[in-house]
Amino acid sequence: MDAILFYAFAAIAVLAAVVVIAQRNPIYSAFALVVTLCSLAVIFGLLGSPFIAALQVIVYAGAIMVLFLFVLMLLNVRREEEHPEARGGRTLAGIGLALVTLLVLQAGSVLVRSERSPSLEFDASTTRMAEVLFSPHFLYAFEATSILILAALVGAVVLAKKEL
Amino acid sequence: MDQPAFVPHAVLLSLILFSIGTLGVFLRRNVITVLMCIELMLNGVNLAFVAFSRSWGTLDGQVLVFFVMVVAAAEASVGLAIVIALHRHKDTLDLDAFDLMKG
Amino acid sequence: MTPSPMVAELSIAVVNILLVIGALLGLFSLMTWVERRTLAFMQYRLGPNRVGPMGILQPVADGIKLFFKEEVMPAAADKWAFLAAPVVAVSTALLTTAVIPYGPPFSLPGWALLPEWLRGRSVQIQIADIQVGLLWIFAITALGVYGVVLAGWAANSKYSLLGGLRSSAQMFSYELALTLSWIGLIMAAGSFRINDIVAHQAGWFWHWNAFAQLPAFLVYSLAATAEVARIPFDLPEGESELVAGFHTEYSSMRFALIQMAEYINMITVSVLAANLFLGGWHPGVPGVPETLRGFPLGFVWWGLKVGFVLFVFIWLRGTLPRFRYDQLMHFGWKVLIPVAAVWVMVFAAWTALRGV
Repeated sequence: MDAILFYAFAAIAVLAAVVVIAQRNPIYSAFALVVTLCSLAVIFGLLGSPFIAALQVIVYAGAIMVLFLFVLMLLNVRREEEHPEARGGRTLAGIGLALVTLLVLQAGSVLVRSERSPSLEFDASTTRMAEVLFSPHFLYAFEATSILILAALVGAVVLAKKEL
Repeated sequence: MDQPAFVPHAVLLSLILFSIGTLGVFLRRNVITVLMCIELMLNGVNLAFVAFSRSWGTLDGQVLVFFVMVVAAAEASVGLAIVIALHRHKDTLDLDAFDLMKG
Repeated sequence: MTPSPMVAELSIAVVNILLVIGALLGLFSLMTWVERRTLAFMQYRLGPNRVGPMGILQPVADGIKLFFKEEVMPAAADKWAFLAAPVVAVSTALLTTAVIPYGPPFSLPGWALLPEWLRGRSVQIQIADIQVGLLWIFAITALGVYGVVLAGWAANSKYSLLGGLRSSAQMFSYELALTLSWIGLIMAAGSFRINDIVAHQAGWFWHWNAFAQLPAFLVYSLAATAEVARIPFDLPEGESELVAGFHTEYSSMRFALIQMAEYINMITVSVLAANLFLGGWHPGVPGVPETLRGFPLGFVWWGLKVGFVLFVFIWLRGTLPRFRYDQLMHFGWKVLIPVAAVWVMVFAAWTALRGV
């Protein structure tokens, strides 16, 4: 049952990701990215991490993408990008795509054949996550991220202002 | 409990998403779309972290996912602020138009 | 013939879904009538009183009218976004209701009508009792912004866009204060499950979180009113400002869907207030019997609390003027979020010092 859900949502994620890079209208790309993020959240849940799944929806799909959409709408990026003939770029992209497909197929064949590690007790509940996050191993990094967010906040406000 | 059978497939999915994101960064000319493809790459990496965390049975991978999300949020906000400033300057969002440092 | 446990659980879940969604949709129509009559009473006039006794069939008449109205779509509107926005709004509104308990757990009576495996079984009107219930509500509320943003942008009209941006900015600003107010409750109960938080409030009524965590309750009530864009926080869709805000260009059934999403959000927020802060289905006075001739009395207490919160929403609408938008944003960011954050820190320190 879990496997069926995983493959279904993996397919949705890949399809939506392709729409993100292929769609001409950036607002549709943004919504396709939201679909990708939400299907990834479901996959995180299937992999046994409810906290990260909720965090993915709250932070990524619920805040970062709203920010993207706000900027897109305020800058009125309604019109689709113009497309002068970029022939050289297209061939390069085609070669790149072929290489990437080869890489993915190769890695895929290796991964699928790999042995699974022995069964381990896996408890990714929020309490356990908090224990690890606030342990001395990660505590300084956790506090540092709060300073990082403060710096990003100040930076974003300053950069986007019309006049200081 | 035993890890589900699709954990290696999750790593494969993360690789696919990462490659799609990279292709997007190369192919697209709108700045905001490029930023969105970068977010896609970061999500591919997040999925790999979570899959390996499940595979190894530790929670370090998930804590790293937490940090990646925080950094992605900070980067997205500052990046979009820069985009707004650029748009105010040149009234276009085409990457090829910002070539002051060229040559 | 006893079905397998999975089929049994599934069938109970399906019945729960039908009950909850049916009740919500029915309550939505009832609420429109209740609101109009109560507002009218407060304004010293009669409300709808033509259609049916005391105007009770007014929602039916409204529904028929909206059904037959012409669906206008602006020519320059973005077709798919325009069609998708009400769908997204209603979906997120209904998804939030999936993890909320709508009453106490009770045992089914041993009637002969019920199949063998159902008699005496303990059930609860809750679709899914997940371990991270409040996180789920937080996540879906975060997604609720998309319905508004999409609706505002898709109609390609200045009023819609401005209203949509204002409304969504208001929504995610107050969402932070809303969820910060829950953190104290989660710390007190030690779990994200709503059933655990309700169980934590058993006993005398001063154990209710509204009294035990008064600042959190105040922050929640204000943030919830702003989150569902009720007066006094309804500037983005006020009738005299910005035409009709983000749903200016919507008519007929799509408008009805957006209204439904809004009312369902209001009902969800009220049910959450009753469950999280007002003690849920506990009577507040220990010693009150659990059932009265087989009927679980918890429903009565729970219903009274939810009704009271809904009445307060209508009361506010009839009494207060609305905030100006900059006052609204100032209040959300500079007053509510600091108060909520300070309360979280104070309560966390007190919990840690108490050694629990």
